[in-house]
Amino acid sequence: MSGLDFLTTRLETALGWGRKYSLFHYPFITACCGMEYMSAACAHFDIDRFGAGLTRFSPRQADLLLVVGTVTHKLAPVLKTVYDQMLEPKWVIAFGACAVSGGIYQNYAVVQGIDRVIPVDVYIPGCPPRPEMVLDGLVKLQDKIQHQKQDWRWAKKP
Amino acid sequence: MGKETLIEEIRTKLGEAVEGVSESFGDPVLTVRPGSLLSIMVALRAAPFDYAVLLDLTGVDFTAGEGRFELVYHLYSLSRNVRLRLKTSLPAADPVADSITGLWKNADWLEREVFDMFGVLFTGHPDLRRLLTYEGFEGHPLRKAYPWRLAQPRIPMKDKV
Repeated sequence: MSGLDFLTTRLETALGWGRKYSLFHYPFITACCGMEYMSAACAHFDIDRFGAGLTRFSPRQADLLLVVGTVTHKLAPVLKTVYDQMLEPKWVIAFGACAVSGGIYQNYAVVQGIDRVIPVDVYIPGCPPRPEMVLDGLVKLQDKIQHQKQDWRWAKKP
Repeated sequence: MGKETLIEEIRTKLGEAVEGVSESFGDPVLTVRPGSLLSIMVALRAAPFDYAVLLDLTGVDFTAGEGRFELVYHLYSLSRNVRLRLKTSLPAADPVADSITGLWKNADWLEREVFDMFGVLFTGHPDLRRLLTYEGFEGHPLRKAYPWRLAQPRIPMKDKV
């Protein structure tokens, strides 16, 4: 391993460490799972302990999209637009059974999982999931961010 | 006005326009012909019945067994603290009813919902557009003939892997 490669690897580790502990999240909340999101985000369970406490209400400033609740076909273009407006690097968590798979709604109106519209990194099942599960999902996402290939300005693009 | 006198009053005032009067869960239920729906509603809105509130307007699809749609109106009188249910049947082939938006303003969106879900046309409605589904949606999803899982996506959907 040459010296440059060593430096790049160190840089990637540092970038991953920085990114996983400074997730600005955008809550895309449509349904009852929002209650569990509030619980997970506020003082009792406190998502801020894991570095994801800064909620942004503009997708342009966020790098973690939390899709919380049922997404209907009427709403799907909105979700797609919100995702497209986020800057790279960006991650998506599907929060709750409806966002994961459509949940109990297998009918004409509901999208059967948001991965039909946008790519998803972590799925958190449950109807709704406990805040502990949300935090577990967040930690798993942090693990993924730490170990993935980091994208940065002068990185070699494939 | 007690319940018996109310039904008596309805019979004398509205006469043959009412097909049947029954009772369900303590409230009177009127069955009327669609042709006389509007005139009956005008009478019920005014004194002495004074049904000032239209609580709900829904539809039922009986097309498979009986070849008809049914509209169900729920009325409430603030001054007398009583409720009334009113039903009317429409033929499945041509479901058209008179709009009651002139009597109760909230009937506007309720009728749009029934039109969206069941395809019942309301003559005299000021703006009969779909309410819950979106522009470009084909069919009426709460009809029994509609395939219950048939989605109509607005953007391309990826298949499940």
